[in-house]
Amino acid sequence: MKTIDFILNGKPIRSELSADRRFLDVLRKELGLTGAKEGCGEGECGACSVLLDGKIVQSCILPLASVDGKTVMTIEGYKKTKKFKAIETAFLKEGASQCGICTPGMVMATEYLLKNNPAPSYDEIRHGLSGNLCRCTGYNMIFNAIRRAAKEGEGLW
Amino acid sequence: MVDNVIPKSLDEALEHLAKGDYQIINGGTDLMVKNRAWSETRLDFKKNMLYVRSLEALDYIKRENNVLRIGATTSLESLLYHEHVPSVMKECLHLFASPAIRNMATLSGNIGNASPAGDGLLITYLLDGVIVLVNAEGVRKVRINDYVKGPGTTDRRSDEMIKEIQLHDDAFDYTVFNKVGGRASDSISKTSFAGAVRHEKGIIKDIRIAIGAVAATVIKDKSVEHMLRGQSIHQLKEKIPQILEAYEPHIQPIDDQRSNRSYRKKVAMNLLEAFLRQIASKE
Ligand SMILES: Cc1cc2nc3c(=O)[nH]c(=O)nc-3n(C[C@H](O)[C@H](O)[C@H](O)COP(=O)(O)OP(=O)(O)OC[C@H]3O[C@@H](n4cnc5c(N)ncnc54)[C@H](O)[C@@H]3O)c2cc1C
Ligand code: FES
Ligand code: FES
Repeated sequence: MKTIDFILNGKPIRSELSADRRFLDVLRKELGLTGAKEGCGEGECGACSVLLDGKIVQSCILPLASVDGKTVMTIEGYKKTKKFKAIETAFLKEGASQCGICTPGMVMATEYLLKNNPAPSYDEIRHGLSGNLCRCTGYNMIFNAIRRAAKEGEGLW
Repeated sequence: MVDNVIPKSLDEALEHLAKGDYQIINGGTDLMVKNRAWSETRLDFKKNMLYVRSLEALDYIKRENNVLRIGATTSLESLLYHEHVPSVMKECLHLFASPAIRNMATLSGNIGNASPAGDGLLITYLLDGVIVLVNAEGVRKVRINDYVKGPGTTDRRSDEMIKEIQLHDDAFDYTVFNKVGGRASDSISKTSFAGAVRHEKGIIKDIRIAIGAVAATVIKDKSVEHMLRGQSIHQLKEKIPQILEAYEPHIQPIDDQRSNRSYRKKVAMNLLEAFLRQIASKE
C-alpha cells in the first residue's frame, strides 16, 4: 500500500487516502481539523490557507500528493505559538474579525508575510494579503491589525 | 479507477509517461480548478495522474550570461524574489494571482496550460523562450512559438514533459508590463502587453513586443522586431503608423464573458502605441 507521509502541526501522519484528495477535505473530514474553511473552493478567497513547508498555499486546490514528505501547519498548530498571540491581540484591538470565516486564513497569510518581511509597508501588506478575501470588515481593520502585530510583536519574526 | 503516482525521481516520472496515459499535474492551480468536484467528493480526473511538483531536481533558477534557465517545478514565488530574474518578469509575477497561488503554481504549468491570456506565457514569448522537453530517450528543444499550437494545445508528445524553460534576456533599458483585468492581481487578463528595448547612442539594438489575450496565442512578430533592429529611435518614431499597421491584423480577440472584441483590440493597440511613443520620447 502506497502511503503519504507528512508532519502536521508537529505530529507525523501516515495517510492511506488517495493522492488526488483535496487536502482541505483531508484536514476537515478525515483529521477533524476544521480551522481551515472552505469559501470558494477554487483558490480565490484564502479561507482554506495553510502553511506548506512554511509557505502559504490554498488547501482547497492542493492535492494530498503535494504534502508527501512535507511539513504542514494549520491554524490549530499555529495557535500554540507566541507569534499567534501577537496576531490575535492585534486583531482583537483593531476589530479585524467579525464573522470569523476568513480569519484563520488571514492569520496564516499574516505569518507568511511577516516571516519574510517583519516590517512591511501598507502596500506590502496589501500585496501579501491579496489572496485573502473578507466579506465583513472592509480590509482596513485587517491591514491595521497586521501593522500593529508587526510593531507590538517586534523581534518575534 | 485512475492511478495516482508521485514519482521520486525524473527517471521514474519518465518511465510512467512512456506508458502513454498519464496526465502531468504540477502545482495543480489550473488542473485542480478545472477538475473541481463538489466539496468532499473526489476530483473529476479522468486519467492516471503523475504528480511532479515535488521533484526537487527540477526546482532551480540558473543564469548563464543572457540565458535564464528555469526548472519545471520552480514556483512562481521563488522566481518573483530571485536575483537572476529580469525586472519585466518580476513586474508580471507581482501581479500574478496571490502569494498562495504563486507558491504552488509553476511557469511550466502556465505554458502547459497554453491559455492566450497566460501571464507567464506572455513573458516566455517576450524573452524568446525555448522549451526543453524530455522523455525516456532524451531531450528536445522547441521554441515557444512552435510549442504553443493554439488555446490549450501544445507540441508536447504524450511521453514527454517540460524539464526546463530557457529565457533569453538582454540588458534592456526600458521595459513595460501591462495587464488589463478586472482586479489588479488575481484575475485573468483581458489584454496583456509586454515590451522591452535596448538602445545605444540612439540606435535600437534589441526590441521585443508580446501581446496577450487578443488572439489564439500570444502575438510576437519577429519580422517587425528584426526590421527595427539597427534603426535609430528617430526612424522608429517616423515608422510608428507603419508598425501599428503591421500588428493590427494579428490582433483578433474574441468576445467572451470577460470582455468584448472591440474593447480588447482598442486596448491592445493603445498599449502598443504607448510603448512605441515612450521609446520615441528617448530620442
Ligand atoms: C486564484 C487563481 C488565480 C490565478 N491567477 C493567474 C494569473 O494572474 N495569471 C495567469 O496566467 N494564471 C493565473 N492562474 C492560473 C494558474 O495559476 C497558472 O496557469 C499556473 O502557472 C499553472 O501552473 P501549475 O503548476 O499550477 O499548473 P498545473 O495545474 O499543474 O498544470 C497546468 C497544465 O500544464 C501541464 N503541465 C504542468 N507541468 C508540466 C510539465 N512539467 N511538462 C508538461 N506539461 C506540464 C499540465 O498537464 C496541465 O495541462 C490563476 C489560478 C488561480 C486558481
Ligand atoms: S476555499 Fe480555498 S481559496 Fe477559497
Ligand atoms: S470577518 Fe467575515 S469574512 Fe472576514
